[in-house]
Amino acid sequence: MSENPAQMGPADFGPGLGEVFGPSHAHGGPELVQLLTPEGERVDHPDFAFDAGEGVDDDEAIKGFYRDMVLTRRIDTEATALQRHGELGIWAQLLGQEAAQIGSGRALRPQDFVFPTYREHGVAYCRDVDPLRLLGLFRGVDQGGWDPNEGNFGLYTIVIGAQTLHAVGYAMGMQRDGDVGTGDPDRDAAVVAYFGDGASSQGDVNESFIFAASYNSPVVFFCQNNQWAISEPIARQSRIPLFQRALGFGFPGVRVDGNDVLACYAVTQAALRRAREGSGPTFVEAYTYRMGAHTTTDDPTRYRLSSDLEHWKLKDPIARVKAYLTRNGVVHDDFYAAIEDEAEALGEDLRAGCKALPEPSPLSIFDQVYVDQTPELAAQKERFAAYLESFEGVAH
Amino acid sequence: MPRITLAKGLNAGLRAAMEADPKVVIMGEDVGKLGGVFRITDGLQKDFGEDRVIDTPLAESGILGTAVGLAMRGYRPVCEIQFDGFVYPAYDQIVSQVAKIHFRSQGRVRMPIVIRIPFGGGIGAVEHHSESPEAQFAHTPGLKVVACSNPIDGYWMIQQAISSDDPVVFLEPKRQYHADKAELDDSTDLSSAFPLFSSRVLREGTDLTLLAYGPMVKTCVQSAEAAAGEGTSIEVIDLRSLSPLDMEPVYASVRKTGRAVIAHEAHVNLGMGSEVSARITEECFYSLEAPVMRVGGFDTPYPPSRIEEDYLPGLDRVLDTVDRSLDY
Repeated sequence: MSENPAQMGPADFGPGLGEVFGPSHAHGGPELVQLLTPEGERVDHPDFAFDAGEGVDDDEAIKGFYRDMVLTRRIDTEATALQRHGELGIWAQLLGQEAAQIGSGRALRPQDFVFPTYREHGVAYCRDVDPLRLLGLFRGVDQGGWDPNEGNFGLYTIVIGAQTLHAVGYAMGMQRDGDVGTGDPDRDAAVVAYFGDGASSQGDVNESFIFAASYNSPVVFFCQNNQWAISEPIARQSRIPLFQRALGFGFPGVRVDGNDVLACYAVTQAALRRAREGSGPTFVEAYTYRMGAHTTTDDPTRYRLSSDLEHWKLKDPIARVKAYLTRNGVVHDDFYAAIEDEAEALGEDLRAGCKALPEPSPLSIFDQVYVDQTPELAAQKERFAAYLESFEGVAH
Repeated sequence: MPRITLAKGLNAGLRAAMEADPKVVIMGEDVGKLGGVFRITDGLQKDFGEDRVIDTPLAESGILGTAVGLAMRGYRPVCEIQFDGFVYPAYDQIVSQVAKIHFRSQGRVRMPIVIRIPFGGGIGAVEHHSESPEAQFAHTPGLKVVACSNPIDGYWMIQQAISSDDPVVFLEPKRQYHADKAELDDSTDLSSAFPLFSSRVLREGTDLTLLAYGPMVKTCVQSAEAAAGEGTSIEVIDLRSLSPLDMEPVYASVRKTGRAVIAHEAHVNLGMGSEVSARITEECFYSLEAPVMRVGGFDTPYPPSRIEEDYLPGLDRVLDTVDRSLDY
């Protein structure tokens, strides 16, 4: 057995794939795709390039990413504060993962569909889900307050990895609908399944790889390897770099700098293009770091070194874009000030909106269990309503 | 009017559902070319193609998880689980996803998925091939659970389950697949078929109400016939729907007979009989001449097949329980 798993190749992914991914990843090659250094310098990569799209100026797009990431971070810090103030029961922080989420989220087209975990607040933002709607689950007033079919953004999924199978099934539906490989950019569609390094150990995730490979389904498996599954380090989940697992399932895998929004955008865009054109699934490992706790109930000081966090702070996804924009004179201080104002207003809206989220009625739980409510459930509701009414002066 | 087996009834019902709605897709292990290990999907892939009759990798959670995604995309997946004992790898997807997504999404996302499970024993199979997991699904809010017992019900009930906008666990008594034939009147249409979530009185009687579903229906009808020879009049009800339970016909019967026995192959402890018994007691307390009694599989794992007839509640054990009720 080879000591270096990177030398397990070569693999033949079929014609055309080398143009997208190059042969390098199959042979170990340059592992981490990076297009913007932590110092804010744009660099080239042999296989991937940042392309903002026809008629869009690169710097304009990068300014947009900056705004997206700042607002996403604000949603996250505001929600964390709301939890500290007792307004949310819990919050799953994304701090540090803004580039992975905005880069991949902005590569989506309207007809694509997203299956998130419970931490994809930045992707939700890209899909125009009102951030206030994200809070309902964590406040305990609902279990998903948005319509998945409006922004093609599925409900948050708490059971680790379960959504990756839903993603493949949805992609199988796209194939049956003839929405893959037509060459029509407004029609061809794909699915992105988000999950993390911990989920990569789940049976469902591995089954989703097998189904997607078997049916050559249009899925991008976007794994944010943030190094930690609560307290368990990535070494507990995998002996090899996660992206190399894709080889064993028969589709390409690529590791991208998850704190580099340009690289995340470029790699996801390439993977989505492959999927939409009918060339099948791709595994993208966004190599990043969970700078916050797993959730607001977690205490990372019990299991990891603060020096790790300090190391990763130097790779902050937002700081490097700011360095680029500033260093190259793309923007001036008023640009940052305007976004700061916008973030401040967003924060205020979230604070006020969160407290105003309507409380669910106890009787409402009976109504959405089934499309066609069963007589037994209707009877239970009736009895419970009568019970509640029996308390004089208590309105429900 | 053709005479058909349960296997043929299910096959014809699946075919009719696929013809009626292009969004119906069948998925499972060996359901394509082979037609399923019990041949329930025989010939369907040939006629409807590989996109609608999908041979899946051997991964039950994968089957149900991808069915969820297909349902979200507007399809109506009919998943075949090859044997009852193999449904557990899919248990999480069934109880945490399929059953809850409509609720979690506040009604925005529907899960019109049918999960077909050949269940029960009596075929001399090795372990994990003879189980009766119905109570585990009936216990789960968001799922509906039905069990067919005969060829005609098989034909209609599978179509009704597929047209349900709620997920349905559809239990098929595997030892009846190729056992008896019945005459199918397929000139009537689905809307006039006996309602899916309804129990049905199969045989009227005055001394005791005998309740069953799936494979035990035949045993119970035979038990009633045998008892009639000894002068005991037993009313037999096929419950058909296990969640929701259709109890009104049961209550009416028990108020008349004053006695009830429920039979199933599943373990008695916290089985369907426990729930049915509790409900009868709550609703018919003053009509009862004896406690509601249960007869079923013992609270052991399903045994090696050479002794499965001892484990399964056959005619003699059913009648023994009937006697205990009558003698009470």
